[in-house]
Amino acid sequence: MTDLVDRQKLSYIAAQAADARLNVELETEGMTLNIGPQHPATHGTLRIIVRLDGEQVVWADPSAGYMHRGYEKLTEVRTFPQVTSLINRIDWLGSFANEVPFILAAEKLMGVEAPPRAQWIRTILFELSRIANVSLFLGDLGVQLGAITPVFMAFRDREYVLNLIESATGGRFHPNFDRIGGLKDDLPKGWILETRQVMKKLRNFCDEIENLLFGNAIFQIRTRGIGIIPKEVALQYGLSGANLRASGVDWDLRRDQKIPLAYDKIDFKVWTHPDGDSFARCWIRLQETREATLIVDKLLDGLPAGPVMAKVPRIIKVPEGEAYVSTENPLGEMGYYVVSQGDLGPFRVKIRTASFNNISIVPWVLRGVFVPDVITILASLYFILGDIDK
Amino acid sequence: MVAADLPYWAQSLLRVLGGTVAVLLPAGTIVYLFLFKMMSFMQSRLGPMEAGPYGSMQLFAEVGKWLQKEDIQPELADKRIFKIAPLIVLVSTFILVAVVPFGPDAWFTNFETGVFYALAVSSVSVLGILIAGWSSANKYSLLGGLRAAGQLIAYELPMVLAVIGVVIQAGTLNLQGIVVSQNAGSMFGWDGLGNPYILTQFVGFLVFMISVQAELTQTPFDMPIAESELVSGYMTEYSGFRFLIFFIAEFANVGVFTLIASILFLGGWGIPFSWFGWTSVDSIDNWMNVVGPLIMVTKMIVLSFIVMWVRFSYPRLREDQLQRFAWKVLIPVSLVNIMITAVLKVMF
Repeated sequence: MTDLVDRQKLSYIAAQAADARLNVELETEGMTLNIGPQHPATHGTLRIIVRLDGEQVVWADPSAGYMHRGYEKLTEVRTFPQVTSLINRIDWLGSFANEVPFILAAEKLMGVEAPPRAQWIRTILFELSRIANVSLFLGDLGVQLGAITPVFMAFRDREYVLNLIESATGGRFHPNFDRIGGLKDDLPKGWILETRQVMKKLRNFCDEIENLLFGNAIFQIRTRGIGIIPKEVALQYGLSGANLRASGVDWDLRRDQKIPLAYDKIDFKVWTHPDGDSFARCWIRLQETREATLIVDKLLDGLPAGPVMAKVPRIIKVPEGEAYVSTENPLGEMGYYVVSQGDLGPFRVKIRTASFNNISIVPWVLRGVFVPDVITILASLYFILGDIDK
Repeated sequence: MVAADLPYWAQSLLRVLGGTVAVLLPAGTIVYLFLFKMMSFMQSRLGPMEAGPYGSMQLFAEVGKWLQKEDIQPELADKRIFKIAPLIVLVSTFILVAVVPFGPDAWFTNFETGVFYALAVSSVSVLGILIAGWSSANKYSLLGGLRAAGQLIAYELPMVLAVIGVVIQAGTLNLQGIVVSQNAGSMFGWDGLGNPYILTQFVGFLVFMISVQAELTQTPFDMPIAESELVSGYMTEYSGFRFLIFFIAEFANVGVFTLIASILFLGGWGIPFSWFGWTSVDSIDNWMNVVGPLIMVTKMIVLSFIVMWVRFSYPRLREDQLQRFAWKVLIPVSLVNIMITAVLKVMF
């Protein structure tokens, strides 16, 4: 709480100083602009208070919490299997990826491990939800910059991935498919063949977006050299995921930690970019989408046979203890700190979401930029409101 | 000489009706053909399909919807100015179309300094946009209005300079005269195609079309509206029929500007005079007063297709990049173009 008060004080002092400077130099007044909570560029209800000098930002302060749904508290009154249907809704574009770290944390506490086939299918669905999430970002990027056509391509090709997720799990947006000890079901017949075809389509989509948007001269001058986040600053603000890798930090939880998923069984490339600007962040996401389709293909090649569910008791009671498991979600590092006291449900769950940390850099990165760049920088940081407000 | 034989009141009535049609028909055509259908096909969807065959009645449905809406005005708005603003924008379109000739006799007014007049009144709409932005009492509107003012003034200049090349070549400021000199002209002694200035004034044509794109605030230059940044720019607080007027004015302007572009660079309403053995504007057959407008509309549709095509494919520039482009690229290029045109005109 003191932190917030300090920040408010600092912003106030900065505002006063900026006003004084403006009044002395030009005798013009600055303007405070509320971007949000209702604004077409914030994908939800994020509010950014911006102090403007002409069209230049003097300071910016993000104000979150307009869509707080209290998931951390709600988990305390639910049993462990019930929690997954809640946490699906944190990052609503890549829902399955939200379930995995929680289930892994619960499994860690119980000391069970899912059978190999379940682990591989989990990884495949994890990557599919990454594609479903990031492909929408690639289309939406155009809308933020005024190009309205790419978003329709993104929706068209994302549909194939959602169909795949639906045919495997029964839910398009909120699969609720992961279980402690494995998965609800095995894959349906013919799913593997179809997935391979869809992955080919998705690679085409990536090429299309690369030609249509990333190769565009206007796109490049709008994003290159804009909103540069140096390596050190990115680490200090706790960025994760593509935002961190775009600043040149080679850090990916899929590769760098030992978790019971199938990532260590296959080779894949972790993309990094030295620039740290808006273009780098968008480019990294494009490459990761393409890499994810390759990962899915490789995983399908080596998919082992066997059961998809380990032996777990019918009524799940998680023994006393604490565990933290985090995974490399589409938006960045997502982790659950689960405290159990041996009951049917968790005693306390702390959710570490990527977007919440990623937007903490907004006041730093928005200083001195123009209003149109505010939008491109916010778009390239890529947050989802559910992921900020939980 | 049909029109000239009618009494004065009948001529005036015809011309007023014709002017209204000349503004509203292109607007409707562009909205339906390009905004509804072409855009949808580019984005792998069908667009409106319910109202009428292939959604062709969608325009009427839209107009009906806008007319029914509540007329909302912000409490702090400067009410009288707020109401006038959309009308000023629309009126600027009407006074611009007044000098556009559609045939040898199918014109509304025909005076000697037509080009000068057209370029002068085309900036009247800036006033409407600026006061719309200011009187809305909304910060987004204000930013949009100021951006529009800066942008439209910056792009007025390359547009004027691009036209000067045409004026030098035609030797007249009269739009009718420019059409005639293109269709009666010849290229290296061959008069099968006349002499459309798009060939000799290609640089001027490119500069003119880029300036038109900016003048119309279509996408690479649509910062005054910039729906992802400024919600809707200077139109944010407008709804109902006032928004409808802005909307009609936007697309009517596309029509009128592309009509002017087709007159200046593509030969306007005319067909090469050598085809039918005409020698001057007086010897043209009467049926050209009917065919001429059709030729004009065809050229307008082709040019506005290009405007819309660019609009739907490109992302948006930033305001300062746009200004830099106007002052550092377009204006020097068009000045060089004028110089070369003048030198060649004197030499040949």
